[in-house]
Amino acid sequence: MLSKRLVICLDVRGGKLAKSIRFVDTKDIGDPVAKARQYYEEGVDELVFYDITASRENRDIMIDFVEKAASQIFIPFSVGGGIRSVEDATKLRNAGAEKVNVNTAAVLRKELISEIADAIGSQSTILSMDIRRVPPTEKIPSGYEIVVNGGITPMGIDALWWAKEGERLGAGELVVNSIDADGTNNGYELKLTRMLAEAVGIPVIASGGAGKPEHLYDVLTEGRADAALVASIVHYGEYTCRQLKEYLHGRGIKMRMSY
Amino acid sequence: MITIIDYNAGNIRSVLRACAEAGSEAMTTNDPKVVVKAEKIIFPGVGAAPSAMEYLKKTGLDTAIKNAFMSSVPILGICLGAQIILEGSEEGPQECLGLVPGKTVRFKIDDKTLKIPHMGWNEVRVVKSHPLLDGVKKGDEFYFVHSYYPSPTDKQNIYATADYGGDFCCALGYKNLFAVQFHPEKSGRLGLQMLEKFTRWNP
Repeated sequence: MLSKRLVICLDVRGGKLAKSIRFVDTKDIGDPVAKARQYYEEGVDELVFYDITASRENRDIMIDFVEKAASQIFIPFSVGGGIRSVEDATKLRNAGAEKVNVNTAAVLRKELISEIADAIGSQSTILSMDIRRVPPTEKIPSGYEIVVNGGITPMGIDALWWAKEGERLGAGELVVNSIDADGTNNGYELKLTRMLAEAVGIPVIASGGAGKPEHLYDVLTEGRADAALVASIVHYGEYTCRQLKEYLHGRGIKMRMSY
Repeated sequence: MITIIDYNAGNIRSVLRACAEAGSEAMTTNDPKVVVKAEKIIFPGVGAAPSAMEYLKKTGLDTAIKNAFMSSVPILGICLGAQIILEGSEEGPQECLGLVPGKTVRFKIDDKTLKIPHMGWNEVRVVKSHPLLDGVKKGDEFYFVHSYYPSPTDKQNIYATADYGGDFCCALGYKNLFAVQFHPEKSGRLGLQMLEKFTRWNP
């Protein structure tokens, strides 16, 4: 049986760690590759590098960054942020990213998902979804709406429909990011995660809201997620990868414990 | 020096980088003349068997790999490279390299909750000792991404299995050839350890 995965997300700006992240180990500020290497050695199962500038000018810097990361990290990692074309995806994949995350550009033009899946394979094509809770309407029957621009712009698209559509178009995995839970440290949006995980046949990575190890346990059991994504709780030094994995393993979740 | 065969089947630079991390000198080539003279060969690959075989035939790499195998060059197959060393594949009607008797088959899983491709970390269970599996302990996991797996005719050639809706062969060995369905280059320390052992393997 496959193990559940602990995934860590690092925000990258111009090849540097984003300033908004306050690391305890100040020596590592500014070098996401060194931080990623540390997490790799501590047993993280997968990493996500998120390019928060996502500008076209920044593309080459990001490719260069991915090359560096790939020479230091020998587990799968994905790259997201500003991927607008098959060319972007292919370049990142060739530079060493195992998978790429598409988000806004796919919402604006959904064929992008199938184009990328055809070029680099479904298993390497992740659809990231930013989702917020809304009162159910005829247009948004599930009560969960797709938003873009960091959660600012509502798109009038039902998240449940979009998850299934993404799978149909060839996405091999979903990142379910709850804008409501994000940054609260109060736990993942279990209802949303479970609803989407039960609706699709592809793995779901839950994102947004992790504050305690129990939250990861909850989303991997009750939330039916295949992987739990964390950021601040490890970046701020509250928990190490090992602590999180040992906690989950101790509660009977199958995790990769030898690394 | 390890020669990594570049045959237009996925990103082989990850294998090159992992060899560097494992302290093994390696290079990539798509030249059959280089392949026949190689000291050691890694035969990686991601993608579909039919197009891979077509490319190997067109370039003459198929004969070069067969000749290297016949002249006892140690070969490590990875993923697609662990599949097309067999005689055939359910992925298409094409003939494969036939270095080992057997066939590549697709997962047939009744459990609808198990998704295909089989993607992620899974336990590799050693069923027969082999120098390249030295140090792999109970519970050790490697990274997999695949929908097909190798099924050698002689089950004596199976060295490790993994469980995904039933046991399947994830490591096979035959003479100077060893092949794994998982990705040692993406499997962290344990994978690098295997690559390092390959550099010291003299069958």
